Amino acid sequence: MSEQPAQPQQRGESRSTLSRRRLFTRVAVGGGGLVAIALAVPVVGYLLGPLFDSTPATWADLGPVDSFREGETREAELSDPSSLPWAGETARTAVWVRRATGNDFTAFQVNCTHLGCPVNWLPGAQLFLCPCHGGVYNGDGTVAGGPPPRSLFTYKTRIRDGRLQALASGLQTV
Amino acid sequence: MKLLLLTWRWLDERLGFSSTIMPIVRHPVPRSVNWWYVTGSATLMAFILQVVTGVALATNYVPAPSGAYDSLHFITSQAEFGNILRGMHFFGASAMVVLVLIHMTQVFMTGSYKYPRELNWLSGVLLLALTLAMAFTGQLLRWDQNAFWSTVVGAEQAARTPVIGGILTKLMIAGKTMGGATLTRFFAIHVFLIPALIFAVVGLHLYLVIRHGVSEWPRAGRPVHKATYLSEYDEELKHGEPFFPDAAWKDVIVMLLVVVAIIALAVIFGPPHLGKPADPTIVQAYPRPDWYFVWYFAVLALSPPSIENLVILGFPLLVFLGLALIPLLWPTGERSLRSRPWAPAVVTVPVILVVVLSVEGFRAPWSPNFAALGASPLPAAVQNQLDPARQKGAQVFQFRGCRACHAIEGAGGHKGPDLGAVGDRLTPAQLTTRIAAGGGGMPAYAGVLSPAEMQVLVDFLQGLRSPNREPAGTPLAP
Repeated sequence: MSEQPAQPQQRGESRSTLSRRRLFTRVAVGGGGLVAIALAVPVVGYLLGPLFDSTPATWADLGPVDSFREGETREAELSDPSSLPWAGETARTAVWVRRATGNDFTAFQVNCTHLGCPVNWLPGAQLFLCPCHGGVYNGDGTVAGGPPPRSLFTYKTRIRDGRLQALASGLQTV
Repeated sequence: MKLLLLTWRWLDERLGFSSTIMPIVRHPVPRSVNWWYVTGSATLMAFILQVVTGVALATNYVPAPSGAYDSLHFITSQAEFGNILRGMHFFGASAMVVLVLIHMTQVFMTGSYKYPRELNWLSGVLLLALTLAMAFTGQLLRWDQNAFWSTVVGAEQAARTPVIGGILTKLMIAGKTMGGATLTRFFAIHVFLIPALIFAVVGLHLYLVIRHGVSEWPRAGRPVHKATYLSEYDEELKHGEPFFPDAAWKDVIVMLLVVVAIIALAVIFGPPHLGKPADPTIVQAYPRPDWYFVWYFAVLALSPPSIENLVILGFPLLVFLGLALIPLLWPTGERSLRSRPWAPAVVTVPVILVVVLSVEGFRAPWSPNFAALGASPLPAAVQNQLDPARQKGAQVFQFRGCRACHAIEGAGGHKGPDLGAVGDRLTPAQLTTRIAAGGGGMPAYAGVLSPAEMQVLVDFLQGLRSPNREPAGTPLAP
């Protein structure tokens, strides 16, 4: 004996059978939808977590002001105190610090503004060179040649108790 | 033995193996099925190999930056067969990319994407995308400098997407910067999420193969018509042969070859070398994607900056959209290559492009040659000819980093022209202008070189000439 759901009324079938079946169909399908939503809300919310990260940027120490010579650019390390306990080496990032004169500091993000490879400072040439696609920057971060669309990103800096600090604000991109 | 037979019969009666599964395994295939039909099984074999070696590796691998590199070191140097397993997984990944493309090419060339197998092709295009996603996410798990910075480059490309670029990047690196959460996320994506999708789509793909049967070998003059194809195919199957064992034996031979080849490569060449662990404080890096993406690395380097966003976003979109449209635009018609001469052209042109771009990507002439800066100043042949005055210029050339972009007689960078004979073409005045003002990708050195340095540098360069050539600017004899 075959049963067909949602058929036009057949001989012997009452209206109540038809609407019962329709109700069951809607409950089953609708309930399935509710199951999907019930699962999706916490899971998708969890996966989208990084978008709602509101931990404020923190000031990180780059070293004593006297360790940076005037007129020179050198590498320093930026530690992100808000990084996860298992972040390993990724808790720290490199920074290019340029001390012009006096307390005029610029902290450059090492990522090339083209596509993010780390730039290298050549003191002889007074240029930052990117190893990936040929980007070149002047000592002040402006583009000297190649595909980068803008000058190097910088971090905000300040001096506290004779130490240089930078605001670890995360990866900046175009 | 009798016990085994009884056990088997007990299971079979309840599983329905003989009654339901075996008929499917023995389903009829056209007699024209030949060795070209093994590419799908070969790809499936590579995938199975990847899953099996991947699961094995995951029993030791620690997917967090604080342990990833050490666990890889352990796997490579101490775990039993660890070296070989890592090698198998690496070469298996290359095999996946190669075989997926060969399979796609073969299906395209035989016009097997046509009615009623269009969904097969579409699910295959999805599988191609998923395979490339596996390759990309897998590279980061190696957690070396290359992998780390290649992923940064990937995240920055995502940032170029209009409107949602920032959101995509944040989701990819799972944090403010690439860090602990990035690697764990990539691990979950590479080990759980994408393989689940692949299993589902491969399931659909194989179901469709069983449902529609494998296509008969194309013959010129026998185009596909929607009205007649199904009955024509049924006719063909009437004189078919059972897939197992008449056609399946070829698949198994090739699957065996795939496994043996991957193991052989793993044993002979070993796994990728574990360089320095990923470390954002080390800026001396030469980020390169794995070999199957090197052509795209060249595309990124060579695209004019004004249309770069278009290339980064539009190119993949165009490729996948184009592939998806193939069975939708041409679901019927001739399948034989003899009646479709453009088919080999459509395949050959991209292959040539990819090969040429890959070669350029490996050469990477646009990348500065940092190593040349530390090397001995100049080829001995040039050095020996220099008098003390010009030697000063040679030192400036080296110290000011010119060598990183300019080679002299082949030794040095290749971003700018080789300067071994620059005295033939440029006068001292022209040299001075060019160096001071830059141009054509070269930075301006006016603020960097003192007038004295400029003088000796130009003197040195001006003396670099072909033998028996007059210096540039010499007036022609009247």
